[in-house]
Amino acid sequence: MSNPYVPILVLMGVAAVLALGGVGASAIIGPKRYNRAKLEGYECGIDPTPHAVGGGRFPIKYYLVAMTFIIFDIEVVFMYPWAVAFGELALFGVVAMMTFLVLITVPFVYEWRRGGFEWD
Amino acid sequence: MTAAFVAPEIAWAQLTPVLLVLGAGVIGVLVEAFAPQRVRRPVQLALSLAATAAAIVAVAALWSGVRETGGTVVLDGSIILDGPALVLQGMLALLGLVAFLVIADRTESGEDAFAPSASAVPGSDYEEVARRKGLEQTEVYPLVLFALGGMMIFPAAGDLLTLFVALEVLSLPLYLLSGMARRRRLLSQEASMKYFLLGAFASAFFLFGAALLYGFAGSVRLADIAVATTTVVGMDGLLLAGLVLVLVGLLFKVGAVPFHSWTPDVYQGAPTPITGFMAACTKLAAFGAMLRIVYVVLPPLEWDLMPLLLGVTVITMVVGTVVAIVQTDIKRMLAYSSIAHAGFILVGVVALTQSGISSVLFYLLAYGLATIGAFAIVSLVREVNAGPGGAVVAEATHLSQWSGLGQRHPVLAGAFTLFLLSFAGIPLTAGFAGKFAVFAAAIDGGLAWLVVVGVVASAAAVFFYVRLIVLMFFTDPIGTAGESTTVVRSEGLTTVAIGLGVLGTIALGVFPSPLLDVLADAAVFIP
Repeated sequence: MSNPYVPILVLMGVAAVLALGGVGASAIIGPKRYNRAKLEGYECGIDPTPHAVGGGRFPIKYYLVAMTFIIFDIEVVFMYPWAVAFGELALFGVVAMMTFLVLITVPFVYEWRRGGFEWD
Repeated sequence: MTAAFVAPEIAWAQLTPVLLVLGAGVIGVLVEAFAPQRVRRPVQLALSLAATAAAIVAVAALWSGVRETGGTVVLDGSIILDGPALVLQGMLALLGLVAFLVIADRTESGEDAFAPSASAVPGSDYEEVARRKGLEQTEVYPLVLFALGGMMIFPAAGDLLTLFVALEVLSLPLYLLSGMARRRRLLSQEASMKYFLLGAFASAFFLFGAALLYGFAGSVRLADIAVATTTVVGMDGLLLAGLVLVLVGLLFKVGAVPFHSWTPDVYQGAPTPITGFMAACTKLAAFGAMLRIVYVVLPPLEWDLMPLLLGVTVITMVVGTVVAIVQTDIKRMLAYSSIAHAGFILVGVVALTQSGISSVLFYLLAYGLATIGAFAIVSLVREVNAGPGGAVVAEATHLSQWSGLGQRHPVLAGAFTLFLLSFAGIPLTAGFAGKFAVFAAAIDGGLAWLVVVGVVASAAAVFFYVRLIVLMFFTDPIGTAGESTTVVRSEGLTTVAIGLGVLGTIALGVFPSPLLDVLADAAVFIP
């Protein structure tokens, strides 16, 4: 490989083919049978929450759930590698992880106190 | 098998300025969670002011140590606390303190600049109820503290990952804050959306550049990349592409042409106190980081990358100045003026001399003080609804509404004139000392032609600053503009902020040399 750019160019090419190819192929060869359920907003498989036509207030419950999920998601992402390397990291790891856990609990506490978990 | 893990030594003392600000942000979130509604604002304000003041004290306490040793590498090289980093942290804490005064001011109307309930649909009944109840979005204070903390890490970051994390920590709260204006909410939300999308785009550029540089040097530390530029051969493509992309990310944050298109929209739409904070402090932080990269990594590549930076510098000065002339909205005009100033500061950055560093630091402080002061004044000049006893509403941002302001409010218009003169670089203001220092550094660096362009651009810029002064003092109010514009009385906090801005602008303008000397001593980056 003479030029270090080549792999990057190849990667860009592959990315473009995947992105455009997927959309293009489904537009050309995909079956198009629409029904009411398919045209409705997707809310995890249940009936969509009704809201005013053309904007207006809409419920942000799912949005809050998603944000809460991210808090725990990030927490777990860091806890797995910590668990694997627990012995090696020793006390430093424990202190660092506990600091992290305390800090990540802060937004959780904020959400809880401000009523983020009340569904109705 | 990788090497055994060695716990890094953490020099906590060196991190106190940053930890104070970020810690206060975390406590601020807990205050939001537990304190009852009516005590939140005073508690948050006291906490924010105490944190920024304590950060200034911490910087002062670290000062002599850094002066003796030249700086410390902290956290295994993630943070480098050297002269320029410490100076910038001190300036950021100071400007943050002044910005908090403007942010907290509710004026005589009893309403601050932020939406009573930012999640309410603009124009809805719910919004009106929230306003009547006097709700306040006190989350603003922790958000600004987090942004300020990120900004303080930014110029001290010693590796690309820390730099990226700091970039996001400072950007995300700002995206949110831009969308929280109390009035003209759709404009504000549009600004927030644009800033977020373009900011995310610029972050992607930065991250891709960081990945390429890691591929080139095998390390994300700036010091290692600097060594690799002279030792690794045959991969110049990766190095240059990576460095250019990283610089694009930073040039976006300072609002240099051609990455400036977000600036006028965001500065116009964001709540005015936030515009002042963002215009002053983001520029400080981003130029700090850019200085570090340019002075630590760039020198061996001067011949490759200089033409690019010089081109950006020239068009930033020219476009900022020329487009500012035709603006009719005062916030947009100040936005384009800030773009032109980014160009003038870049003149000092590309000088690649030691005096370049100190002159840029000086310019940033002079510009920051005048900017926060100018936007603080903009936040006080308001429109009045037509009809007898009309309510005071949004800020009067159209230039025609400012005509004759100096005849009715000479002190306020006088302070604004001083800030404009400082922007224009008239002698005896801080702006003149800053511009002189930056241009002198560029001549030292052998860039006399660039200085000529800079001087011509700043002479052209004088036109629109002076036009505004003439409009305020020597033009009679046009038609009903006089009756439809008023100045609301501040609660006192904004007055203090404007006073500090005036004091700093005059002090640095009349006696620039003590600070310039101190900065010249401190302006050495350690890799």
